[in-house]
Amino acid sequence: MSILVDKNTRVLVQGITGKEGSFHAAACKSYGTQVVAGVTPGKGGTDFDGIPVYNTVEEGIHQTGADVALIFVPPPFAADAIMESAHAGIQLIIAITEGIPVLDMMKVKRFLEDKPVRLIGPNCPGVITPGECKIGIMPGFIHKKGSVGVVSRSGTLTYEAVWQLTERGLGQSTCIGIGGDPVNGTHFVDVLELFEKDDETEAIVLIGEIGGDAEEKAAEYIKKEVNKPVVAFIAGITAPPGRRMGHAGAIISGGKGTATDKMASLESAGVTVVKNPALIGEAIEKVLQK
Amino acid sequence: MTRKGEILIMNIHEYQAKALFSQYKIPVPRGGVAFSAEEAATVADGLDSPVCVVKAQIHAGGRGKAGGVKLAKKKEDVSDIAKELLGKILVTHQTGPEGKEVKKLLIEEGVDIAKELYVSWVADRGTGTVVLIASTEGGMDIEEVAEKSPEKLVKLSVDPIFGYQPYQGRSVAFKLALPKEVIGQWAALLGNLYRFFVEKGATQIEVNPLIITRQNALIAIDAKVNFDDTTLFRNGDIRNLRDLDEEDPLETRATEHGLNYIKLDGQIGCMVNGAGLAMSTMDVIQLAGGAPANFLDVGGGASEETVKQAFQILLSDPNVKGVFVNIFGGIVRCGRIAGGIINAAKETSLNVPLVVRLEGTHAKEAKEMLNESGLNLIVADTLWDGAQKIVAAVKK
Repeated sequence: MSILVDKNTRVLVQGITGKEGSFHAAACKSYGTQVVAGVTPGKGGTDFDGIPVYNTVEEGIHQTGADVALIFVPPPFAADAIMESAHAGIQLIIAITEGIPVLDMMKVKRFLEDKPVRLIGPNCPGVITPGECKIGIMPGFIHKKGSVGVVSRSGTLTYEAVWQLTERGLGQSTCIGIGGDPVNGTHFVDVLELFEKDDETEAIVLIGEIGGDAEEKAAEYIKKEVNKPVVAFIAGITAPPGRRMGHAGAIISGGKGTATDKMASLESAGVTVVKNPALIGEAIEKVLQK
Repeated sequence: MTRKGEILIMNIHEYQAKALFSQYKIPVPRGGVAFSAEEAATVADGLDSPVCVVKAQIHAGGRGKAGGVKLAKKKEDVSDIAKELLGKILVTHQTGPEGKEVKKLLIEEGVDIAKELYVSWVADRGTGTVVLIASTEGGMDIEEVAEKSPEKLVKLSVDPIFGYQPYQGRSVAFKLALPKEVIGQWAALLGNLYRFFVEKGATQIEVNPLIITRQNALIAIDAKVNFDDTTLFRNGDIRNLRDLDEEDPLETRATEHGLNYIKLDGQIGCMVNGAGLAMSTMDVIQLAGGAPANFLDVGGGASEETVKQAFQILLSDPNVKGVFVNIFGGIVRCGRIAGGIINAAKETSLNVPLVVRLEGTHAKEAKEMLNESGLNLIVADTLWDGAQKIVAAVKK
């Protein structure tokens, strides 16, 4: 078992003929992922690297039975692409695109509210179940099949953590980048719930960052619902505090979102918090030996 | 541009914000911007009221307390006040200790204040909506109001699909017990501010204070607006309001090359790919006993050229006594980064210690390239190893 995606997942790539989309669609395919369809409006009927390209997501699903969408569409059109997939009946949307306007994402969030769909991202590296399928931009070779679940707001910092695990012989069940944007689809709590239920996952790595209150919410959830050991790191303890959006911003998001506050809430929930990101792998090894 | 958590925001001046308010039929005092004492006097002459307000235009709050807002009881005083303010370094709680130089002023007519209110619209990550915050405690620090008397704040979330509806504004007005004469104006004004917010891609619009005059008219006395950088492509008019004088020149140069750079106070320059890893690298430098000189994210698609630019930007900070490059190559191949480092180090005649840690795609070949380059650099194997090596090298 793994969470969200496995060897049977059928992926449709939106923006497959673009620079990013074509590069990564090919990389996912060569990892072994079933990339069954591409969508680029106006290029329907062509193919890319043996993958048929369709004009609409609806047509792509109809022809290929795709159930996951991977989005590389540029920021001005990305919100539209997410809504197209959700409307067409895709169950899991993974949006890689960085720089989608915040106001566009607010509309997307509202649009998805009453639909049976999960959005991962945007502005994220994607999801990988090592040895089965890679749906995103992460380098596949740093991963290894195993029993550590990884969830992160960051991109390259996730690779760093995964590499530390793999070098110690600790494989991963599934690794999920939920993205760093202020308005996004999936939160730590959603992923923690999935990992807790997953038989294959024995321990969880959670990588957070300063800003917002997602880590505090994760801490509350862990305290109540998670029995598996969790190791966490929060990036940004040295980041300068001054540069805030203004006063009202701080009032709304509640709390100051500092690394120190987040670490304290996680610690009080029984999480092993490492202050040094170089020690994530070692900490997981220790909790698994217990 | 300022980095706020994960998004870049663009600030504008009060006088620019008020011009936009006027476009959206939000009442502001009559006035104009001045770059010299003569211009200030001319603007004042054109105003009806005998009393004028002279306001320093810098991208920071807290100007009033820092002496950046002055009242001229008669128009003849405006020129002297302008002379005093122009060129002055204002230090507020938002400028940092170095302060900001006043280069322009807003001259406005005085208004007859009966009551001061607080209004702001803000993009709220928690609800994923645009939220209104309103209070009868105008002119005060709103964080303080939230802490000491939260019952005086009213919040309202707007559905992103349907937008703001006037009944929502009216209900807030009744909760705040505003005089019934202003309720219609108030509901319309909130609607105009909301329309401005979504059409121009703001992240926050703050009016503190919004006043009620003795004649029961609403006027925005202050205007603070920030925009979401990712929306600027739709709004060229807003992008043109950017004031490079208000930005760190190195940060501006970095933005032009697609780099995300923030200057800090330490001695160890860092170059990293990815914001999370960049922040962690700073954290690790501190744990190893050093202090980071900057945050620098070269992004996912770093080329040899961006690496070279990044190097030049890092090294133009005179505080930098050593450089730590930490790249986890995923999409970006380490060989390309190594090539960029070698060229940049040669071209910039690097004379501080350089520690390089490359991991990921083609890392082995990249390390060989660095070792064979003949450059005086230290290759590190892990994040922790790299941080310890650069801290040790700088302390020598």
